[in-house]
Order: sequence, then structure tokens, then C-alpha cells
Amino acid sequence: MSSQDIPEENLPAEQGTAHGAVRVADEKNPFADPGLPPHEHRIQDIDERAAKRSERTVALLFTLSMLATVAFIASYVTIPVDRSVYIFPLGHLSALNFALGMTLGVALFAIGAGAVHWARTLMSDQELADERHPIEAPSEVRAKVMDDFRQGAKESALGRRKLIRNTMFGALALFPLSGVVLLRDLGPLPGTKLRHTLWSKGKLLVNMNTNEPMRPSDIIVGSLTFAKPEGLEEHDHEFQTEIAKAALMLVRIQPDDIKDKRQLEWSHEGIVAYSKICTHVGCPISLYEQQTHHALCPCHQSTFDLADGARVIFGPAGHALPQLRIGVNDEGYLEALGDFDEPVGPAFWERG
Amino acid sequence: MSTTTSTTGTPAADAAGRSRGKAPAGERVADWADGRLGIYSLAKANMRKIFPDHWSFMLGEVCLYSFLIIILTGVYLTLFFHPSMNEVEYHGSYVPLQGQLMSEAYKSTLDISFDVRGGLLIRQIHHWAALVFLAGMFVHMMRVFFTGAFRKPREINWLFGFLLFVLGMFTGFTGYSLPDDLLSGTGIRFMEGAILSVPIVGTYLSFFLFGGEFPGDDFVARFFSIHVLLLPGIMLGLVVAHLILVFYHKHTQFAGPGKTNKNVVGMPLLPVYMAKAGGFFFLVFGVLAAISAIATINPIWALGPYRPDMVSTGAQPDWYMGFSEGLIRVMPGWEINFWGHTLVLGVFIPLLIFPLVLVAIAVYPFIESWVTGDKREHHILDRPRNAPTRTAFGVAWITLYFVLLVGGGNDIWATHFHLSINAITWFVRVAFFVAPVVAFIVTKRICLGLQRRDKDKVLHGRESGIIKRLPHGEFIEVHEPLSQEQLHTLTAHEQYKPVEIGPTVDENGVERKVKATEKLRAKLSKGYYGEDAQIPKPTVEEYKEITSGHGHH
Amino acid sequence: MAALVVLLLALACTGGLYAVFAPAGKAQADETAQSLTIEEGKKLYSVGCASCHGTGGQGTSDGPSLVGVGAAAVDFQVSTGRMPAATSQGAQVPRKKNIYSQAEIDQLAAYIASLGAGPAVPTEQQYGPQGADIAKGGELFRNNCAQCHNFTGKGGALTHGKYAPTLEDVTPKHIYEAMLTGPQNMPSFPDSTLSEQNKKDIIAYLHAVNGEETESPGGLELGGLGPVSEGLFAWVFGLGALIAVAVWVAARTAKAKKS
Repeated sequence: MSSQDIPEENLPAEQGTAHGAVRVADEKNPFADPGLPPHEHRIQDIDERAAKRSERTVALLFTLSMLATVAFIASYVTIPVDRSVYIFPLGHLSALNFALGMTLGVALFAIGAGAVHWARTLMSDQELADERHPIEAPSEVRAKVMDDFRQGAKESALGRRKLIRNTMFGALALFPLSGVVLLRDLGPLPGTKLRHTLWSKGKLLVNMNTNEPMRPSDIIVGSLTFAKPEGLEEHDHEFQTEIAKAALMLVRIQPDDIKDKRQLEWSHEGIVAYSKICTHVGCPISLYEQQTHHALCPCHQSTFDLADGARVIFGPAGHALPQLRIGVNDEGYLEALGDFDEPVGPAFWERG
Repeated sequence: MSTTTSTTGTPAADAAGRSRGKAPAGERVADWADGRLGIYSLAKANMRKIFPDHWSFMLGEVCLYSFLIIILTGVYLTLFFHPSMNEVEYHGSYVPLQGQLMSEAYKSTLDISFDVRGGLLIRQIHHWAALVFLAGMFVHMMRVFFTGAFRKPREINWLFGFLLFVLGMFTGFTGYSLPDDLLSGTGIRFMEGAILSVPIVGTYLSFFLFGGEFPGDDFVARFFSIHVLLLPGIMLGLVVAHLILVFYHKHTQFAGPGKTNKNVVGMPLLPVYMAKAGGFFFLVFGVLAAISAIATINPIWALGPYRPDMVSTGAQPDWYMGFSEGLIRVMPGWEINFWGHTLVLGVFIPLLIFPLVLVAIAVYPFIESWVTGDKREHHILDRPRNAPTRTAFGVAWITLYFVLLVGGGNDIWATHFHLSINAITWFVRVAFFVAPVVAFIVTKRICLGLQRRDKDKVLHGRESGIIKRLPHGEFIEVHEPLSQEQLHTLTAHEQYKPVEIGPTVDENGVERKVKATEKLRAKLSKGYYGEDAQIPKPTVEEYKEITSGHGHH
Repeated sequence: MAALVVLLLALACTGGLYAVFAPAGKAQADETAQSLTIEEGKKLYSVGCASCHGTGGQGTSDGPSLVGVGAAAVDFQVSTGRMPAATSQGAQVPRKKNIYSQAEIDQLAAYIASLGAGPAVPTEQQYGPQGADIAKGGELFRNNCAQCHNFTGKGGALTHGKYAPTLEDVTPKHIYEAMLTGPQNMPSFPDSTLSEQNKKDIIAYLHAVNGEETESPGGLELGGLGPVSEGLFAWVFGLGALIAVAVWVAARTAKAKKS
């Protein structure tokens, strides 16, 4: 059965087949297809003056396009690339970009509009009908194809000579492995790289803005400062990769307001240093609200409470921001007392 | 054959007759090509091929043309773009970035924008066309969905179109990442985080993709070849296949007088569609060029070069990736640690739902054809109201999609409508589950209401707006009976009957086991075509009874 | 308590700096005028501010203490209209029309400054454009400010309905004061971590990319909000225009009227 196991009578009757395109005023069946309505003339079909008008419109559009292209070339040659112009209501913009875009737009649009107007008003608008033929092949064609295939399959002896078949499949299955192996050098193995940053015991905290080490007194309650490890400079080749892990956010909270005991221990006089990299997917999180001590990630809105171990209080992040243990060296500058004790940034399978 | 004269009876004689130099040059060229390519057999079937006229049938053309425009402008951009992450110091014409360190990719994009004449225009056309391309594909896909144009024989073309949409998303995303500006870098960082969340292999995948730790020196060059070679190559092939199938199947059409399942009514390719479709290419290009003249897109100079420790608020992907951004933003931060491993569900679950959302719409045609068991070809389009369950499913899907888009832009919603970002996030979390269900129920009811109205219109005629007072004082509105064209159009659709589970005992009286799939199908079919799921369309008998009862003017 | 000590130290330093730089002789001559100004400020304070911040500026449950916030904070809060705040406020006190004259604001500022040393109102010298490095300002802006205020200062969302306001048409002086004092939930960026020159650079950058004369070469800026507004524009005006064109292309040409 062609429709699996659904009885034919459950399928609706094919509509329209009985009537085709014959126009009938059917008394018996008022819903029957009356066939294509008769063609009606447009003004352009019966009035030559109207047709002439259409012709002129089309020609005008094509001419407009030519003029616009000339204007495009003229703009390209004459307008300096850095010329600014004020155009209401768009504002201050590049004169060249505006001129080129508008002339190109007009040149192209006029061609299109001309062609479409031509088609709509001057070409025949008599609706025609094409017949459709079923996509499926007739059964005799199908039978022929099947026979041919069986014949070919038999002649290949693939079914009979199993040794050939099996080794061929083996060879075809194995050779793509070469391609996979070739991808190995796309990158190094992760190793423990994600577990370490540039921070280590004794590294000074360097202010991102001034590129100077900081004293505790520089950081006041309610302020926000970003720091990098001493020795990491913007011109370094590894700068981007290293700062992606080492970026630090420093805030100062009244020690009494710090709820987390370990956080207090790892801070220095209320100055706490957290990783700036969100533990969700790694955006630099730094929307610090100084009254609530909440830090919001601008990418996915994970919110961390910096007064309570930077634990997650909202959003899609899965764990708190890692804290860096800091202290002050002999000269009174803020320094790290070691690396982060957990990987910074997004979580991964081996993180544990 | 009886009309052919004896002198030109054989093809050889035919050719000899032509080669005497009588034929005009154009014909001679065509003959030359035919002798090598067989173009005449091709042209015979296609030159006067009929295309039906409807604006919604041109949505696919919007996509095709914007795709061509993207390729044209993209090739131009590659002439100036340097896909390299080497750090350089900027000394170009844009003052606020003077002396800044940046990658060559970013610098060359600045140069295209400020120093190459017309470079900014081409960049903007490229990007606007990309947004319109994806939007066009979305709307085109919805048109095909809601009119049931995906039914046999077009299921494969539906899949081709779907693949084009998905590949378009990723081509767009890789392109958005190339300038290496602060916004695109943030997007890449998100992608890296998402890859890291994949259990077991995530870390390795990330290291292989980025050539080591993020961001490394490699991803721009790698994304470049994916963006300009791999994905567009596949897409070009799919587009060609998509078009060949459109030609081969011939276009669908809406029901109407003279339009049947066995014909296609419209205008011939030569000359009308040649002019209309050809002209439409220029119209699309013209509109995109004008938009690129008046509205800026992705002003990378304002965003600054990428630094992994910097970010801006309002960091969003382009719109077509917005729903995945929504998924990731509203997901609670679940994370499971066990035996020294971390399962990052907060990121990995959205990563899994992302393809599921897309696949849900892609496999729908196959589910519907399984439920109906209909194996016939369909060339007459459904009006959405006449397929209430399908329409309701489609609206539910779009609702889900838009709820996620709201989630993806929750910060912009918060600032522009003075709402709390947390409240929006919670709203999206709830609406993700509730809104599609509500949309499904409401849409189905609306469809049934419209079906009822159609039935009334067929049986009682069109409301004319003319009020008449009857002799005994009653006011009635005059209903004008419909013409046969209108009656036919409103009753042309098919209505299925629900599938029953076959007899549970065979001819020998032995009870057979009813398969679970069979039961499921019967249940679904009842939901689709049961009494509550469609209004029986008026029959000729009903019509005759009512019209004669009225005294049949 | 160490933090408090440090804080006071820092505040004292700032005040001290002021004392060093203020011309000494003139200061003596101005002393009487100064005390008069403070008197006037006190009067204004008791009318407009004392109900929330307490009669001596010590703060109440309705408003924080103003001891040590400095003249800069007063100038910012009052001249941007944020203070005095409405009694029932939402998540955040919004910018609104300023109801005081500059002279009155100066008097208020002088009074608050007299309660405890704090950052002084910056001078043109500090926030003016001369000697500023725009590109450096851009880098500083992206590091310190863009995460809340957007790439070019269009503003952005914070938690629970709070927001970082747009920096469009905010005067350089107010931007400087905001960085210095950290109004409401904005963290402060004292000179010790964001130097005077840094602040000057940031202000110059903002003026370059978000000033009245700023050019947007590509055309309409679409709010400068990034892909969300671009996507909306592409749908409404891009696809919208193309569909309108498609309707025209596919529509039937008007038929001649039957006679």
C-alpha cells in the first residue's frame, strides 16, 4: 500500500483533479473549480499613449541609473576620504561614504525599478499554466533501474567475494584517520596550563592605569582598581594570553563588612584581590557596585558578592571568583603571596 | 511531423541548413554552445517556465541576492584585510586610536574603514547584507513552514534551506569575529568558555582550535579560512542544489480558480520573470547600498582593539545568534564536581539546547508526514488557518525564539524600558516554558475561529455592511453570496480524518500486539484532525440547503 | 580600624595638598568671605538637605553621612540635579533639573567641605583638553569605564533596575567629579589609582568619541548600542524595505476599467 498502513479512505480526496482548467459554471457543485478567470487588459494593452508613458518611465529610470553611476565615479575622484559633512537627520558622517552609497544605491535601484516596471506594464501579463508531472518514476522505469542495479551488483561479485568487500571497507574506514592525525599539531596539549597564572609569591601588584606598584593607602574604600603582575608589559608577545588569566580586580571593604573568614585572611587591611575573569565563560567582570559590593558581569549578568567570598548570588556562573592572597612587602608595596589556588576563568572538565 | 518539409528531415541536413550563414550571429553562438552543452534541451523545459506571482515567493530571492552581494563585497574586502594577529602599533587616520597596540586584523579593518576610498561602504554593505540575509532566510523559512510548502516532494529542499540557515549563522559569527575588536573578541571568549564546558574533550578542543591558550595568535587566520572558504563553499553548493530543486519541482501556488495540484499558474521566465527577478537583484542591492550610506554598522573604531581583560556593557552577538545568547544568560549556574572533574551544566546545557531549538523546526515536516501518513505530492499551499496544529506549533516555536532573543538582549531591555535586569531574566526563565504553550493554545483557537468564519462566509455570504429593514420591522444585514471563484478558493483545502488504530485481532482471531508507535500516532492524529482540531468544511449539500432556504434570489 | 586610619590619612593628604597649592596670602584675605559663604551654605543645607542627611551632615537612616565627602561630591550631586532626591526613589536617584544656582551650590559645597576634608571641586586646568592623550584615554576608558557605561559612554544596565547613566552631554567637570567621588553605586577612582592625567585623558577621549561634533562616518549611529539596535534596524528597515519592494514587484498591474 502506498500510504503505509493508513486506509485510503482516510486521506482526503485530491482536490481539483476532476475539473482541470476548464471554466464551468457548475450548478451541481458550486464549489467546483471554475478554471482560470479570463484575461483582463491593462491600460497599456489598449492605450498606446499609456504604453508610451510606461516606456518613457522605464527609459528615464535607466538614464537615472547612468547618471548615478557617473556621479559615483565623480564622488570617488573628488571627495577626500576624510571629509566630514553634516546631513540632517543623520548627523556628522563621512561625505564620501554617503555620496558613494547613495549614488550606488540609486544606480542599482533604478536599473531594478526600470526592469520591473517594464515587466509589469509592457510585457504580457497573460497568466499561463504549466502542467506538473509526478516526480516519481513510472513503475516500469523503476523495475528497469532495479534490474540494472542487480545486474551490476552481481557482475561486481561484491556479495560473493567477501574478502574483497571486507578489506575494501577496512581500507576506506581507516584512511580518514590520516586526516585526523594531521590535525594534531593544531595546538599543544592543555597540560596544567589553565591551572597557573603569572602570579607567584612576591610579585608586586602593578596598577593597570599608571603602570606603578601600589601601596595599601592608594586604595580607598569604595574605589575600584585593576592590577597586573609586575613584569608583564603590553608589548610582550604573551601579553594577551597572560592577562587573560592574570587580570586582577582590587577593592577595599571595611574589614567588619567582610563576611567570609578566608576572604578576610587573604586580604590586606580590607583590600581584596579577585580574578577579573568571570567563572562563567570568561568575560572580564568588573561592574562593581560600591554600595552593595556586588560585581556584575556585563556579558551574562552573573553577580558576585565581593563582601562574601565573591560567591555567586545571581546568574549563570557556577562558582565564586578565585581570590588572590595578598600582603605588603618590606618597602610597603602590595604583593601577591602566591598564585591563585584554583584555576581562574571558565570551568572545564579537568578542573575538579 | 507532418508539417516538416522533406528537405530538413534529418538533423544533419538541419545543421547543414543552418551553417550556410543565414542565421544571425546570436543564433550561431547558441548553436555552437548547444553542440557542446546541449543547452536547447535545457532551454526547452525552462525558458518559458512558469512562476506564480506572490510577494512571499520572493523572500527566497531576497536571500539569494543578499548572499550574492555578500560574496561580491566579501571578495573585495579580502583584497585589503590582513587575517593576522601580529601586534602592531596604529598610526593611521583615526585619531582616538593613535599609538595603540592592536592586531593586524584590527588595523587593516580600520584602514578599510578610513583609508580605502569606498572601503567603509563595502564593509557596511557586507555586514548589512549579512543581517538581512539571515533575517530573509528566517522569514522565508517561516513562509515555507506556515504554508506547508515543505510537504512531499520538497522535504529535502526544506533540509537544504535549513542547513543554509544554520551555516549562515556560523559564517556570520566567524565573520563578526575577524576584525578582532573588543566586541568580537568578547564573543570569541564566550565561545571558548562554551567549548571548555564540553565534558572530557572540551579542554582539548579549545586548545586545538586556538592553537593553545586563549586567545593565542591563531584564531583570526583560522576563522578567516572558515569564513571565506569552507562555509561559503558549502553554502554555495547548497544554494545551487536548492535552486535546481526549485526548478525541478516547479513552484507551489495558493489555491484559486484554475490552480490545481497538477498545474502551476503564473508568468513565464522569459521575459517576465527574467525582468522581475533580474530587476529584483538590483533592487535588493540598491536598497542595501542606500542603507549602508545612511546607517553605520559595527563601528569597530568605537569599540577598540581586543584585550581579554577589557569589556563593554551591552556585549551582544549579531541578532541571529541572539537566541543562543538568551539561553546562556538565563540558565542557572549549575556545576557538578565529582572525582576531580567538573561538569559545567550551566554552560553545557544551553550548548545542547541550542541545536535542539533549531532541530525542532527542521524535523517537523517528517513528523507531520508520519502523523498524516500522506505520501502524495502537494503543490497547493495551505492557508495557515487550515492547518491549525502546524500553525500553532510554528507560532510556539517563534515565541520560544523571541523569548530567548529578549533574554539575549536583557541589558538593553532593562535600560530602555527601565526594568530590572534580574526581573527580565526571571521572566525569560518562566516564559521559556510557559509562553510557547500559551502561544500554541491561543494560535490553535484563532485558527479554528478563522475556519469558522470562512465556513460562515461560504454558507451565508459576505457581510455587505448594508442594513435592511424588513416589513415587520426587523433589521438585518444583507449578505452577498460569494462567486464561484471565492467559494472554490475557500473550500479547496483538504481535511484529514484522524488515523484509527487498526483491528487488534487478525483474521484468525489472534490478538496482535499494538505497537507503542501506532498508539502514539493515533493519539497525535486525533490531536491534529480530531473534532476539536478542525472545523469540518462546508459541504455542497449544506450550501444548497441554506441557499435554497433563503429563497435563492 | 586600620582602613579608617588610612582613609583619614588620605583625606588629610588631599586637604593638605589643597592647602599647599592654594595661594596663602589670598587665603587669609578671603577668610572672612569664606566663613560667610559657609554660613550661607549652612542655611541652604538646613532647608534642602538636613531632613535626610541630618542637621550636622552626620547622616540618618534616609541619607548617608556627608562628613568628608568633599566639595566635589556636593557640586556633582547638586548641579546634576540628583540631590536633593525625591523622597520615594526607585532603584537609583536619577539625573534631573538642577534647582540651585552655581553660587548656591558653591555655598553648599563650602559648608560640606568645612565638615571634613574631602576632594575639592576640580578646576578647568584639571579637566580641560590641553595636554590630554586621547588614545591613552580610550584605553583607560575601556579598562575602567566601558564595562558599565558602554564603549562610547551610552550607558548600561546594573543589577535590580540600577543603571550606569549615559555620559552624553555630561560636562567634563561632572565626569571628573564622578570619577573622583564615586556617586551612588559607582566606585571611585581616586588620584592615587587613576592619576589626574589619566582622568584628563579619559575626558578628552569621551569628548572625541561622544561629543556633539563627533563624526559617525558610516551614518546613523543607531544609539551606539551595538548588535541589538543593528539587528532591529536590519529587520525593520532592511528586510521591511525589501518586502515592500517585493510586494510591488509581485503585485498585479492595475487593469483597465471595463467600460
